[in-house]
Amino acid sequence: MSARAKLAKPRRIFAMSRKEARQMLRDPSSIALGIVLPLLLILLFGYGLSLDAHHVPIAVVLEDHSPAAQSLFGAFAGSRYFRPRALYSMAAAEKLLSAGRVDGILRLRHEFSRELAAGHARLQYVTDSIDANRARLIQNYARGVIAAWLAQRALTHGWREISPVALQPQIWFNRGLNSRYFLVPGLLVLIMTLIGALMTALVVAREWERGTFEALFATPVKPGEIVISKILPYFGLGMTGFAVTVAAARLLFHVPLRGSLLVLILVAALYLLVALGMGLFISTRAKNQFIASQAALLLTFLPAMMLSGFIFDLRSMPPAVQAITYVLPARYFVALLQTLFLAGDIWSVVVPNAAVLLVMAVLLLGMTRRLTVKRLV
Amino acid sequence: MDIPASPSVVLCRAVCKSFRGKGHAAATQALDGVALTVPTGAMVALVGPDGAGKTTLIRLIMGLMPPDSGAITVLGHNIVQSPHAAESSVSYMPQKFGLYEDLTVQENLDLYADLHNVSTRERRERYPILFSMTNLGRFSDRLAGRLSGGMKQKLGLACALVQSPRLLVLDEPTVGVDPVSRRELWSILLDLVKQQSLTVLVSTPYLEEAELCGHTVVMFQGRILAEGAPQAVADYARQRTFHLATRPGVQPRRVAAAWLTNSAVVDAVPEGGQVRVVFKTPAGATATPPSVPDEPGFRGAGPDVTVFKEVQPHFADGFMVLLRQAMAPPRDLPASPGGGAPLPVSARGAAPPPPQTAAMPSAEPVVEVRDLVRRFGNFVAVDQVNFQISRGEIFGLLGPNGAGKSTTFRMLCGLLPLTSGTLRVAGHDLRHARASARQTVGYVAQKFSLYSHLSVRDNLEFFASAYGLRGRRRRQRLAWAVAEFGFSTLLASATGRIPDGFKRRLAMACALLHEPRILFLDEPTSGVDPLARREFWKRITAMADEGVTVVVTTHFMEEAEYCDRMVIMMNGRILAQGTPAAIRQLGATAAVTEPTMEDAFIHVVRRDPRRSSSQAGT
Repeated sequence: MSARAKLAKPRRIFAMSRKEARQMLRDPSSIALGIVLPLLLILLFGYGLSLDAHHVPIAVVLEDHSPAAQSLFGAFAGSRYFRPRALYSMAAAEKLLSAGRVDGILRLRHEFSRELAAGHARLQYVTDSIDANRARLIQNYARGVIAAWLAQRALTHGWREISPVALQPQIWFNRGLNSRYFLVPGLLVLIMTLIGALMTALVVAREWERGTFEALFATPVKPGEIVISKILPYFGLGMTGFAVTVAAARLLFHVPLRGSLLVLILVAALYLLVALGMGLFISTRAKNQFIASQAALLLTFLPAMMLSGFIFDLRSMPPAVQAITYVLPARYFVALLQTLFLAGDIWSVVVPNAAVLLVMAVLLLGMTRRLTVKRLV
Repeated sequence: MDIPASPSVVLCRAVCKSFRGKGHAAATQALDGVALTVPTGAMVALVGPDGAGKTTLIRLIMGLMPPDSGAITVLGHNIVQSPHAAESSVSYMPQKFGLYEDLTVQENLDLYADLHNVSTRERRERYPILFSMTNLGRFSDRLAGRLSGGMKQKLGLACALVQSPRLLVLDEPTVGVDPVSRRELWSILLDLVKQQSLTVLVSTPYLEEAELCGHTVVMFQGRILAEGAPQAVADYARQRTFHLATRPGVQPRRVAAAWLTNSAVVDAVPEGGQVRVVFKTPAGATATPPSVPDEPGFRGAGPDVTVFKEVQPHFADGFMVLLRQAMAPPRDLPASPGGGAPLPVSARGAAPPPPQTAAMPSAEPVVEVRDLVRRFGNFVAVDQVNFQISRGEIFGLLGPNGAGKSTTFRMLCGLLPLTSGTLRVAGHDLRHARASARQTVGYVAQKFSLYSHLSVRDNLEFFASAYGLRGRRRRQRLAWAVAEFGFSTLLASATGRIPDGFKRRLAMACALLHEPRILFLDEPTSGVDPLARREFWKRITAMADEGVTVVVTTHFMEEAEYCDRMVIMMNGRILAQGTPAAIRQLGATAAVTEPTMEDAFIHVVRRDPRRSSSQAGT
């Protein structure tokens, strides 16, 4: 009897995977997660989450009415980043700022033109820092406008350059325009985490909830076959999501792919296996869909978003948080993605990061296999 | 002790299993020293109320859970040591049928055939047999999720029979399924046992189903109370079972409620227009019932009863005798009067009698429903339903799961908009009526609307506030609820941790705090053991006597006997309407002179012209 059961293994795996694939294709939410969500996220991150600020309303307090001050105001008015409003008293400007009508105040004091002529002009810039990142960004744009104005002025007046050392870094920061180049590939980590971890955790929990596992466990199917049959279809769906994202990144946003496509595919497949491992591992413990989805979001999706270096720079995190990121597979995948898209096949980066992912995949899937037993309690 | 090479298929010895409680709740002893033998070729029924341990025992036999102690052998394999040793020769249908609702009938069958290694040749032989046995042939391309409960049950059975098992195990296969499908399933099972010498182990909470099996095992609170042929169990009530005819105009349910309070009586239920009473002690040689002591509140032996007649005991009668014996030392909470011990009958207690009772003519309709329709997309859940309910009536909505009872209910209570038709409750459409109109209505949902993290007292006080009770009346009503339902020792306990029976009582108490004139109860007795069901009906009877209109849904056909009038619903439509006696007569044929409510139901459903098209649900 047991010999017969062993021989028929491929057939059972096929039957179980076919069942899983049918369920997946008939469930609109899997199509939404595999194809619609990648597109939505790409559009959102590609167009919506731009790190540039445009037409920021600011108040320019012109206590100095000199031509120099007028010219600086003109520079702000001409910039696409700002929509300045000329005011003549600080009190009025502060009122606008507290009312939220302007995001910042640039104050040109009485002595502005005098100091400028003397080569050490000081400007006061007040920002609305409720959104600290945006405030910093706007401040840097303001510096950029002023720097450009100074350079222009130096050129027309035939002056020597004024304190060039202080101006250099602001121009570098404006490379934020290229943020899309790493945000869009970085989306792969979100999409593949969602499909790999969240969806598998949910479909397994659904089998617990609907009582179908009880009937399944009473058949000769082996635990390993159950695990494999859950992996195969969702691997397919995850790679579809991957293809959609990469195609959109290349075609819509012309993100460069400087490494080879083959390496990218292999690395993505590896990460997808890790994500599937996480989802299935969660599902060995979480037996209803609510707990499964909460666990998958908290343990896989949110870390992939916040702690992978996808949006927030890992190096600016406190050491304790940085230490945590080392156990997160997403961190290694983001490093691989950024390298492959923006730099190229740099083996000294690719090999160690891919090796960590491989170890994680083996560990997670191995543990899942061990913990999957045909028992109800 | 080693296990002898006997012809038994399943052998359990001293099996114990307990489950760890959640939070601080005590562990529950699900099985307590169970010994069971299932002989080859037998059909064995595990019978008992919910929580008796039937499902746990079955799961242990299937190797799905390890026992705490004891020995289990299935087809000669030691299941405790190697839980999956017998799986290729055993087929199992769990409570929820184990079907994949997003796969078609054919795909479900194929999946289980593949998992059981059924060859293509075997399938060619077996599929036509299965399809003709279950009448599923026409629906092979239909998604399992779109089948009716009865069809799902048959598909579950077909999936369990794709291989030829030596043992078939079915866990409550007929729960929530309409009586017609239940009968069909049993006739399939009986045929299988006869023709293929298949061994079957089946659990059921329906006592009358046990009579169809050769061998029954009565379970209660994790122990086996008795086992043997159904007749042997019925014999526990021999010479103790009587029919009491009541004086014309006296409702049998009221006599039954009174007799239940007497200490000499094991059981009293209305049945076929009479009262069926089981006494504690056997009758004398003259077939007269034992003498009944006069007790406070007992008025049953008075002029209301005209004739006593000894009748053949049923399985259910014997079961009740066994249950009462087992209940003797109450195993419930210390201060509570046990699951089924009588509580004070008065539903009103200290509250002054409602003034409307006498003033209103009882024929005035309190609830009026005309051409009620409710659609969910393409699916017609309630289809052209009409009925009227008079003040002080107990009105029953009967039908299997999915018949449209709960949907009708939610519309009556103003919780769900209607698609079309008109509906008045106490002169209002509750959906648009002001809050004051809702004051006349109490509603107990199928899943109790209680806050499980709040204490019993908090829940009562919250609902008192929600109904706007203040001052003296509030104090009176809260005191009434505590005394009436026996909550005094439980007031500080978190509601999530009190026994289910008390949760049910608490839900009812909360719905009664504001003394509603109309009470809606959705499946109040589903999952309730027979003793607690009797207690519930006694309370309802008392309330109706005081002028409260009670509308109740149930899928227990025999409970219709407690109603003044009733409708039978199926697939969203009313198939029959009238008094229980009139409806029962619909089942009368040449062969069946004294039809039961279930006979009537089956007859009504079978003659329904739309039955064949609507059988498979939507």
